[in-house]
Amino acid sequence: MRLGSTLNIAFRALRRNKLRSVLTALGIIIGVAAVIAMVGIGNGAKAQVEAQIASLGQNVILIFSGSTTSSGIRTGWGGAGTLKIEDAEAIRREVPGVTAVSEEVASTTQVAAGNQNWFTRIYGESADYFDLRQWPLADGAPFTPQDVRSANKVCVVGHTTATQIYGNDDPVGQILRIKNVPFTITGVLTPRGLSTQGVDQDDVVVMPYTSAMKRVVGGTTLRNINVQAGDAHQIDAAQQQIVSLLRQRHNIRPGRDDDFTVRNQQEIAEAATATSRVMTLLLGAIAGVSLVVGGIGIMNIMLVSVTERTREIGVRLAVGAHGRDILTQFLIEAVSLSSIGGLIGIIFGVGASKLLSIYAHCPTLISIGSIALSFFVSAGVGVFFGFYPAREAARLDPIEALRYE
Amino acid sequence: MKNGEVVRLIDVEKTYRTGEMEVRAVRGVSLQIQRGEFVALMGASGSGKSTLMNIVGCLDRPSAGRYLLDGADVSGLERDQLADIRNRQIGFVFQNFNLLPRTSARENVELPLLYGDHRLSNAQLREKADRVLASVGLEGREDHHPSQLSGGQQQRVAIARALVNDPEVVLADEPTGNLDSRTSVEIMGIFQQLNDRGITIVMVTHETDIAAYARRNVIMRDGVVLNDSAVTRRLDAQTELERITRSTTER
Repeated sequence: MRLGSTLNIAFRALRRNKLRSVLTALGIIIGVAAVIAMVGIGNGAKAQVEAQIASLGQNVILIFSGSTTSSGIRTGWGGAGTLKIEDAEAIRREVPGVTAVSEEVASTTQVAAGNQNWFTRIYGESADYFDLRQWPLADGAPFTPQDVRSANKVCVVGHTTATQIYGNDDPVGQILRIKNVPFTITGVLTPRGLSTQGVDQDDVVVMPYTSAMKRVVGGTTLRNINVQAGDAHQIDAAQQQIVSLLRQRHNIRPGRDDDFTVRNQQEIAEAATATSRVMTLLLGAIAGVSLVVGGIGIMNIMLVSVTERTREIGVRLAVGAHGRDILTQFLIEAVSLSSIGGLIGIIFGVGASKLLSIYAHCPTLISIGSIALSFFVSAGVGVFFGFYPAREAARLDPIEALRYE
Repeated sequence: MKNGEVVRLIDVEKTYRTGEMEVRAVRGVSLQIQRGEFVALMGASGSGKSTLMNIVGCLDRPSAGRYLLDGADVSGLERDQLADIRNRQIGFVFQNFNLLPRTSARENVELPLLYGDHRLSNAQLREKADRVLASVGLEGREDHHPSQLSGGQQQRVAIARALVNDPEVVLADEPTGNLDSRTSVEIMGIFQQLNDRGITIVMVTHETDIAAYARRNVIMRDGVVLNDSAVTRRLDAQTELERITRSTTER
């Protein structure tokens, strides 16, 4: 086979036009680097969102109180106050597969200790909450089921709240005044950072929901109920049973709407990752355009090259090159340019995303798959955009090519 | 040295069609060239000599008639088959040298070997190219690029390229057209040396003094052979060069 010779010929030709080869490859280098970096950013964002969804806990079902309409004004979810403590207890008791339940009430208020005060969110929860949300304590201990039953004045503080009020001091065992009621801090939560919506998840105080309802939030209804299923297969069944149980308890006749809303974690995760998937797609598409532009650059240079090297092609044909040899030569030139450009582009792309994550604190995630894909795409770009010029070269008539000025 | 016919043209015609116009460039040429001949093909522009040269060089196919190269009919061959014939049996020398730019003399000479069927290592290619370059007096210039060589040296590289595959016949199209008179004589000297070694040469030229270095002159006009005769007062390049050198030193 003549492939060895043809490779040899193509590389000699590329070396003869070093600057041009480098500039042509540059189009592909930029294109591939852009694809790698952009997809890396998109995937990084997606991974971050997924990590935060996971921080919600595993196999979690959220039940929100319904909305109510009063004088034509509709409140949001939780406004109707349709969820009762007894509903949560019924779920705990009657729905199979449920491993943890946390009754939740929430409020925002001013908290104070010594001469410091801070405006923060108050969550009332059951003792299951920390397991359910997979949120361990950094220091101290969580409140106990006994604390919940007795509505004790104890609480756990988030990392932000702790530092805002106590600075570097240890808050465990200290007294925190909430609406002038002294609460003993039993523990400090591990820091979680910002949520996908940009809310500081550590700016909280968590206490027994009984204490919260009695002393802070007021009212007799729950904002929502957090439920955890034993494993992923049980989520759907548990969700259905919760719906029918609550409809029965709330005396909702068939055909009427629920006065509550049930969401499971997968639905929330899907909604959130859909956004980042669209972002990845968009960034990738923009970068892909630059790769196509790079390909057109190759085609352009190869066409110029064919025209400029018409005499050379004539000589090659005269000394015995077949049309196929010329075709292969120019194709190899195009593919070499694009795949070498692709390799360099991968290096630059990986470097760029590393720099972005270090200096712009932008999470990036580069997979072997995206590297392999961009390499083969760039080689494919070479074949696709190199074929037309190469065929033009192969079809030249030797006599006319030799006479070309 | 083998004997016999290398080129045999039988009633060869070539007609070009450009739109409505029909151009009969060659109108029935029969010609035989024996092994070891040195033929100068002459004629004014439009006489059909270049077209005939392209047919002999297997770059073009005759519209009618037959062409036997080394006894085999090549007039009906396909494009790629003709390419193989050119690679193995024909060496080309052009007026404008047609060397690959920014490519060393050695790599230019290796070019026909790259398209052959033989499998030579890079070292063998190199050795073969260097040997042929030395035989045309370019020892030590193997790595020079065309831009670093004089016109005469470039044409020697082209001759080396034509010779590297040991062709049946070397075809030279106005080989001295771009050279000064002294260099032209030098190139003719190389052709005469090659011819003395038994290599068949067909050269297109319109200069009578250049044609006088050949052994046989074929003159064409309007697509037919007007005159075909042996050269009676053949010039010897060696003698001519000495004469030129003498006259310049005397001056």
